[in-house]
Amino acid sequence: MALDEIKIGGLGASRRRVEDNRFIRGKGNYIDDIVLPGMLHMEILRSPLAHARIRSIDASAAWAIPGVRMVLTGDMLAARNLAWMPTLSYDTQAVLATDKVRFQGQEVACVVADDPYIAKDGCEAIVVDYEPLPPIVNPTQAKAPDAPLIRDDKTGQDSNVVFDWEVGDREGTDRAFAEADVISTIEMHYPRSHPSPIEACGSIADFNRATSKLTVYMTTQAPHIIRAAVALVAELPEHMIRIVSPDLGGGFGNKVPVYPGYVVSILASILLERPVKWIEDKSGNLISTGFGRDIYLKGEMALRSDGRILGVRMHTDSDHGAFFSDAQPSKFKVGLMHSAFSCYDIGAAHLTAQGVYTNKAPGGVAYRCSFRVTEAMFFQERMVQAAASDLGMDQAEFRRINLVRDDDFPHRTPWGFLTDSGQYGKCLDLGLEAIGYEDFLRQKEEARKRGRLLGIGISTMTEPLGAGNSREYDILGIKMFDSAELKVHMTGKALLRTGAKTQGQGHETTWAQIVAHELGIPAEDVLVEEGDTDTAPFGMGTYASRSTPVAGAAVAMVSRKIRAKARRIAAHLLEVSEEDIEWELGRFSVRGAPDRGVTIQECAIAAYSNMPDGMEPGLENNAYYDPPNLTWPFACYIATVEVDPETGVWDVLRVVAVDDCGVRINPMIVEGQIMGGLTEAYAMANMQFITFDEDGNCIGSNYMDYLLPTAWETPGFELHEVVTPCPHHPIGAKGIGECATVGGPAAFVNAVIDAIGDAGVRNIDMPLLPDRVHEAITAGHDVSGAPPVKTEP
Amino acid sequence: MYPSRFRYEAPSTVDEAIALLAGANGEAKILAGGQSLIPMMKLRFAAPAMLIDINGIAGLDYHHSDADGTFRIGALCRHADLEKSATLAASQPTMAAAAPVVADPLVRTRGTLVGSLCHADPQGDWASVMVSLGGSIVAQGPNGRRAVAVSDLIDGPFQTVLADDEIAIEAVVPAAIGTRAGGYLKLERRVGDFATVGVAVSAEMSGATVSQAGIGLTGVGPATINAAEAAGSLVGTSLDAEALDTAAQLAAEAAQPRSDHRGSADYKRHVVATFVRRIGAQIQRSGQEAA
Ligand SMILES: Cc1cc2nc3c(=O)[nH]c(=O)nc-3n(C[C@H](O)[C@H](O)[C@H](O)COP(=O)(O)OP(=O)(O)OC[C@H]3O[C@@H](n4cnc5c(N)ncnc54)[C@H](O)[C@@H]3O)c2cc1C
Repeated sequence: MALDEIKIGGLGASRRRVEDNRFIRGKGNYIDDIVLPGMLHMEILRSPLAHARIRSIDASAAWAIPGVRMVLTGDMLAARNLAWMPTLSYDTQAVLATDKVRFQGQEVACVVADDPYIAKDGCEAIVVDYEPLPPIVNPTQAKAPDAPLIRDDKTGQDSNVVFDWEVGDREGTDRAFAEADVISTIEMHYPRSHPSPIEACGSIADFNRATSKLTVYMTTQAPHIIRAAVALVAELPEHMIRIVSPDLGGGFGNKVPVYPGYVVSILASILLERPVKWIEDKSGNLISTGFGRDIYLKGEMALRSDGRILGVRMHTDSDHGAFFSDAQPSKFKVGLMHSAFSCYDIGAAHLTAQGVYTNKAPGGVAYRCSFRVTEAMFFQERMVQAAASDLGMDQAEFRRINLVRDDDFPHRTPWGFLTDSGQYGKCLDLGLEAIGYEDFLRQKEEARKRGRLLGIGISTMTEPLGAGNSREYDILGIKMFDSAELKVHMTGKALLRTGAKTQGQGHETTWAQIVAHELGIPAEDVLVEEGDTDTAPFGMGTYASRSTPVAGAAVAMVSRKIRAKARRIAAHLLEVSEEDIEWELGRFSVRGAPDRGVTIQECAIAAYSNMPDGMEPGLENNAYYDPPNLTWPFACYIATVEVDPETGVWDVLRVVAVDDCGVRINPMIVEGQIMGGLTEAYAMANMQFITFDEDGNCIGSNYMDYLLPTAWETPGFELHEVVTPCPHHPIGAKGIGECATVGGPAAFVNAVIDAIGDAGVRNIDMPLLPDRVHEAITAGHDVSGAPPVKTEP
Repeated sequence: MYPSRFRYEAPSTVDEAIALLAGANGEAKILAGGQSLIPMMKLRFAAPAMLIDINGIAGLDYHHSDADGTFRIGALCRHADLEKSATLAASQPTMAAAAPVVADPLVRTRGTLVGSLCHADPQGDWASVMVSLGGSIVAQGPNGRRAVAVSDLIDGPFQTVLADDEIAIEAVVPAAIGTRAGGYLKLERRVGDFATVGVAVSAEMSGATVSQAGIGLTGVGPATINAAEAAGSLVGTSLDAEALDTAAQLAAEAAQPRSDHRGSADYKRHVVATFVRRIGAQIQRSGQEAA
């Protein structure tokens, strides 16, 4: 009798999350829960100004406070060649400022003290003499001919331009535009947002002089990369470095980069020979760490009057802040921006991109997306809506005409990506049916006659996930594979470790389900561990929805290696040749004599007690998985809204989501990911942004200004699914961690623009705050381009 | 988020609290719900040398109507007490409309109305409500008690006329002569957000006619705004469309909003006018329904 896969918690089981047992009971082990004997506390002094020369730093009063153990400044770091560190994008970033401060909130000094209160007192006692310089807060200012040079520390850098980049077929695209019946143009800004995990960043560095070992507990999504970086930058031997990433209170990409706080806590521990704890506060996190987006688009589409897209041109201007420290592993300067339009069969495409330095926090492209994919898909779907309206065509019909057809796979996009599977039309139709598209259009017409503004917005997209294959993706030369190691104990219980690092995605639950699916070992018998570089196999960590596509695949592959060995043991136990062994979930039997069989657990004990002659004992293995391609989930999100014409306030009426993420390992977790993502999408569309005033003051460095939606205003979501297995992933999964965050925002924005369509408005920049919507309605013009906030006296 | 060093005192009587205040040379702060003061201290925007926690003082958590209809709210009456109050729902429509939109449920559980008035945040909701109702506070110091109208209490952003050694004991809403009507509308970006614009309109009706009116504005000036002229224009009207337009216009002129990331000054003025109209129309409609 075969095992019931759902009962043992295999593929498709909506198993409760095992990690929630400790989280719900308050028994998680987060960075701030960790207390080491003799531990000191570090606080960071941050710059109040966006751009200023540092004339002097006087820390004598801080040193004089009882309980202050050390004050670290840029000069001290410079003496050890540590004042600057390399970024993941081949730039440099100040650890502690020496010459200038380049954004508000930049790290200027650190105080280490007996407790965090004293450390904070120490920070307050430091006197920094600043000479203010004119701040630059957007690309236009950065590119002005007389703009002050932000990166005067870099030899050869004579402007604020970080890069100029292009990809695609310029001439082919020009030809497509020459043949077009209609050219549709739109400009917009995707505002700066922040991942804002509920737990900010932190570290405890513990250098032991006697053993020469450095242990660092650290909020990181990628512990192995950090170990490599510490080994390279601090020139410490790699085997003497242990990075432990404990339970993480969310990451969303914010915990991929290396931040000054980590570096200085390590140095302080080495100098003081005591554990040094740094816990960032929420404002510090919002003002200084890896943000998302902040990019401007000029988009053009060449259209044929029958609705076909002949060509696409995009130009982006990205604002990187003071240091180019995008944490993205591709060779492409604007990440995967050119994955835009992958779900459509477009003719030719060309992208030009420029990046600039500004006096804003660095460390971009985080926040629940694979390296600019969020912006790419948002721009795509906003351009598509504008194009449909320029053609006078129904927005659903326009999509249907241009979506890649099921029998066109594999499909090579004009920008060179290869999509391999999907049922795009089916997803769109399912979404339209669920929302009651035709009915809603009628309701909308009716409502309009009574002065009410209803709107419907659609967003369809496929996005590239996984951040691997190793040919095209690497971090500082390290290839983007991932790994798993499985040890099946004597009694058939197992320990699984991977190179990924869960931050709320539920790896402890889902990885065990993959093992259950492959081996028939009940999921509850599999313990999953991640995050400790001394025990976990080398891996690139968790971001870009890459865990299931890459580490998850490694889990399946290592399970298969174990099964292959168990099969040999089974043949030995059943005294038949291997060819005569058949596998059903959890059990090997003799071909033709199904009653004669052994379970996987019986093979496990035999691996330690009764293995065949010449076989190595034990039942353990590991697998490194280098994916052949990215994975391409598809989604169709549809939102309906009502706009109050008098105030510009808009309410969401319904949201329908159709996701095809391939095979679903744990449907409950998948749905949780989609709902979370749609909540973030709604937040970005409706309320969330980090902006700056003309002086470079960050508006959004606390939760009164940077808004996270609550359960109260977040709309309900109606979820539907289509399953097209990924052809190259061992269990057919495509990843789901970011789809809704990526594809969701355009659905909301498109709905609002649709509702006020009569006003002749093509764009309102996110967030669609009531005053922007009201301005668009009353003035009948676009509200685009996010100037710095002017504060009147 | 670590505050500076401070001394903590928890007196059990108002007199002890006043004595502590008087001895502190203006370096002490009363701690009521702590929902404004604690965040300010954690950010080190405020660094009082001494905190005088009044939460242990018995008998300040009341809210009730006197026989003549005067409504009193004690210094330890929480926002949540008011939100759940049957008395409020039955007799104070403007307050009842505001109670559920002040902050979020967590903050409402601890924050106090009196603390909100003393905090004098231009974005505080209760101050405009009280201004619209002609409310006052009772302050007590070493020399006894005095009443201060809320419109006089607040004399700037986060500034009140309370002396260093005075405690606000209660807030008082005078009895109505006519039938009380009113409402509070708040434009917020999400639950728990401070107002982009808040408008309190209170009226006393005799039949369909307004016999007395008050309008308070939240978030559109350096302090709570008493739109007295706008309110005055409603008296004697039956809240018809024309009267509401006039009042809306006057209220918008009384507002002194700034353009910021929440919206332009013009937009905020426009919302003030819209909200005055909407509350007025709502009062007028419910009056008709009652009749
Ligand atoms: C997340 C968040 C959201 C919020 N949103 C809103 C909102 O939308 N609308 C709104 O109106 N408010 C909002 N608030 C503020 C909240 O309403 C506070 O509760 C209120 O402003 C202060 O009341 P408290 O009892 O907490 O006062 P405390 O914080 O204890 O004190 C505030 C100030 O008043 C003084 N004080 C307090 N009581 C007395 C007294 N009896 N006599 C003399 N001085 C006194 C204190 O010394 C201090 O200076 C919010 C607060 C938070 C944390």
